[in-house]
Amino acid sequence: MKFTEEHEWLLPEGDLVIVGITAHAANELGDLVFVELPETGTDVSKDDEIVVIESVKAASDILAPLDGTIVEVNESIVGDPTIVNQDALGEGWFIKMKLANPSDMDDLMTEDEYKAHIA
Amino acid sequence: MTDLKRTPLFDFHLAHGARMVPFAGYDMPVQYAPGVMKEHLHTRAHAGLFDVSHMGQVRLRARDGTYQTAALAMETLVPVSVLELKENRQRYAMFTNDAGGIMDDLMLANRGDHLFVVVNAACKDQDIAHMRAKLSRACDIEVLGNRALLALQGPGAEAALTSLNPAAADMAFMDVADLELTGASCIVSRSGYSGEDGYEISVPNDAAAALAEALVGIDGVAPIGLGARDSLRLEAGLCLYGNDIDTTTSPVEANLVWAMQKSRRPGGARAGGYPGASVIQGHLEDGTTRKRVGLLPEGRAPMRAHTPLFADTDATDPMGEITSGGFGPTTGGPVAMGYVTSAHALTGTTVYAELRGKRLPVTVADMPFITPNYKRK
Repeated sequence: MKFTEEHEWLLPEGDLVIVGITAHAANELGDLVFVELPETGTDVSKDDEIVVIESVKAASDILAPLDGTIVEVNESIVGDPTIVNQDALGEGWFIKMKLANPSDMDDLMTEDEYKAHIA
Repeated sequence: MTDLKRTPLFDFHLAHGARMVPFAGYDMPVQYAPGVMKEHLHTRAHAGLFDVSHMGQVRLRARDGTYQTAALAMETLVPVSVLELKENRQRYAMFTNDAGGIMDDLMLANRGDHLFVVVNAACKDQDIAHMRAKLSRACDIEVLGNRALLALQGPGAEAALTSLNPAAADMAFMDVADLELTGASCIVSRSGYSGEDGYEISVPNDAAAALAEALVGIDGVAPIGLGARDSLRLEAGLCLYGNDIDTTTSPVEANLVWAMQKSRRPGGARAGGYPGASVIQGHLEDGTTRKRVGLLPEGRAPMRAHTPLFADTDATDPMGEITSGGFGPTTGGPVAMGYVTSAHALTGTTVYAELRGKRLPVTVADMPFITPNYKRK
């Protein structure tokens, strides 16, 4: 699993990567009440706003961690956004992407580096 | 950053795991460990304890010692009947400006020989200066910097406070009484800012932490932060000064005419006589071009303050704006309030909010969004 400075995690699954937000981010945001996901098939560039999430406190954007194509989205978190708070690194995933350049993953943070980043 | 002021409950908040944020110049608890959603639901189901010590508490005492003189003096600043307020009763009021706008909203209580006034934290310096400038000829204005203010809100509030002093049960909504609580002389009103039954408790600073600890030690009472205070008041349809009302909104536009008793309206015994009376009376007689209304977004997306509102999906210019909005933990969906043109202010009207480039339908709705359980007489 790799991490971005924007508190996203990326987990390779076959030729795709699963993307979500970290437990640290979910905790900082507080209880999520709304999630808007992109359409599958959308080509995105790194830092495009792809997901809108809202907690009771505020709205936030989630940016595309890398260039690629949205292949699948997690509709279950649209129905119950609190899944993200309960299981940020598992059932609370947001999207699956096919990366334009899979080697881009190498530049992201390891878990230890992310832990140091948020410390 | 400038130094933030602390309330007498600062250490209490830290000991109870609060996340502190700057608010109106004070370091205040926005939430505790459970978070805004659970704190909100806890308050509606049981009871929540809020620190609102940042608000201003003022005693207005006429030099002739009569309530009547203090009341008539205050009536020169508010479009509300203060004279007819019965002893040990409280009511909502607002300071108006010469343009008919609202300088602040406040609570007034008749304490027999004086008026007890509670004003918003962000406005208190201005309000105190305003009262001193306008009322000093007839009245002494005493700022109670030595008192904290707690709010105990929720269906469990009565049982909790009654366990400290049985007389709390005898109070009805908007009653005020002097009660001894955990050995301290408190000024208690049966009121609040959540849509729930409850009390607001003015307590000497040095006794505030002990009272707060005693209250949260009672089964069902939990400390609640400002985050849930905001979502609770929004569901209850109550205005937040600076968001929903300000110097540019008249009480009539703000749909606060209920707070203006007949005696202060055109034709009443003491009509007018407050700042901006000609503007406000004009609004009462001729109507206003816009009005504050409740708004229910149709989808799941919360709509926050400053979201523009349009008459239809094609309109080029907005006709209104959301002034408070978010997710209602009790309603289970987005709730909001804001201003629309009077032509769109009827309950059931569909208007459109522009959110992230999309026009989304919003229904004008009655407030409150929840059913309050105030203990009226």
